[in-house]
Amino acid sequence: MPESVFGQEGESLFRYDRINALVAVVVFSFAILLFTKWAKEGKPLFLRKIPGLEAIEEAVGRATEMGRPVLFIPGIAELDEIDTIAGISILGRVAQITAQYETPLYVPVRYPLVLAAGQEVVEQAYIKAGKPELYDKDIVRYVAGEQFSFTATVNGYMMRVRPATNIYMGAFFAESLLLAETGNAAGSIQIAGTARPEQLPFFIAACDYTLMGEELYAASAYLSHEPIMMGGLKGQDFMKILIIILIIIGIVLVLFDSAEIYLSWFEEN
Amino acid sequence: MRTTLPLAVAFITGLVFVITFFLNEESPLVGGVSKQLLDWLIIIGGFTLLLGVVSILRVSWQSVERRKEDWIYKLITILSVLVMAIPGLLPESWSSLFGRQEGTIYDWLFLNLQAPMMATMFATLAFYIASAAYRAFRARTAEATILLVTATLVMLWRVPMGEAFLNLFSEEIPGLINTYIMGGVNLAVQRGIIIGAALGAAAMSLRIILGIERTYMGKS
Repeated sequence: MPESVFGQEGESLFRYDRINALVAVVVFSFAILLFTKWAKEGKPLFLRKIPGLEAIEEAVGRATEMGRPVLFIPGIAELDEIDTIAGISILGRVAQITAQYETPLYVPVRYPLVLAAGQEVVEQAYIKAGKPELYDKDIVRYVAGEQFSFTATVNGYMMRVRPATNIYMGAFFAESLLLAETGNAAGSIQIAGTARPEQLPFFIAACDYTLMGEELYAASAYLSHEPIMMGGLKGQDFMKILIIILIIIGIVLVLFDSAEIYLSWFEEN
Repeated sequence: MRTTLPLAVAFITGLVFVITFFLNEESPLVGGVSKQLLDWLIIIGGFTLLLGVVSILRVSWQSVERRKEDWIYKLITILSVLVMAIPGLLPESWSSLFGRQEGTIYDWLFLNLQAPMMATMFATLAFYIASAAYRAFRARTAEATILLVTATLVMLWRVPMGEAFLNLFSEEIPGLINTYIMGGVNLAVQRGIIIGAALGAAAMSLRIILGIERTYMGKS
């Protein structure tokens, strides 16, 4: 069969089996853009309080009073992970507070790309806080490329320096409890945030505050207090309501044994 | 320009990935784009590794030079980096001990030092789980008591001896724990978190693609 840039002749370039995902993307994008527009126009948007984020400033204040540093870990994944990007975004806000309070900040990272992004974000935060002279390139440091070498380095730092505040925001794996328990043993106040359900129990057991799932992604918008960013969060809420309604419809249809066509709309391809 | 260019790159790259998801990856046009982007990622990753090595050596050397507190650990770090890297980078043609294949210095160091040290770190997790579980399961509140009872049942169900013990009361208990605790309450909560996280990740991706979210570049 002759082949073109579009593939074998007769084959469709478009994946019709993914049309359900396309509909979801369009509805979701529309909801976010609509709520962002409303936010820009000044419509009041209610956001529930997230205690973990409210506690960040207080935790940095505690570090300032104790004269000890703040440790921030933006996860251990590469920069192409959305969790890491969320962590880096929160780092900017934390760095701004540490700059204002003139509190030492230490950010160990596992990947060089995260190092570059972290350094840029922290530098901008110090400039924004009006303390560019306090910025040191080595605030953000590459410590190790291997998962447990990284953990050993950070745990060693925690036990030797005993930072007053540890903030873990991003993608964490088997090292989550190793880090959080060591921080707990060192007497640090700890705030964690991850979207990985399997690591959440560990953080909840060992940390003072934990951001669960979507709260991690909402953090940058929440901390910025910018209406344009908060519009996106309301768009998310709209989608959640839509999903709840769709689940209820599904339950009813399954109960009446007539859900075959309905369920086929949600098949993953 | 410092903001516009990264925003444009994020927009175009994000859009390409979204579009290719809905197109047939068998077609050379779409497959080619994905392959190109993957190749770029590998090339950039290779270059940035050097950035990491330079960072770790510079920071450690500064500590050693100024005899900062714990400088001895930094010296060990520098020596470890050099001892691992140099024999691994030297050409195999010079000696059978160079390079990274089996039987080289690099291979010996990895198998006999690095791998056991990493395994030891991972193994200590058992002790950390015990201390965290002790703290989490102290029955001080009604919620903690429910957690303690549930966790005890699940732990009994997960080990053969515990399952045999539960079977003494009724052979249906392990099946009930599986159905109602793991497959019911636990799974429902996990799915709730996963749906919320997936929506959050999608919303954040959209904010990045559209340039609404700029905090990851240090911009507000």
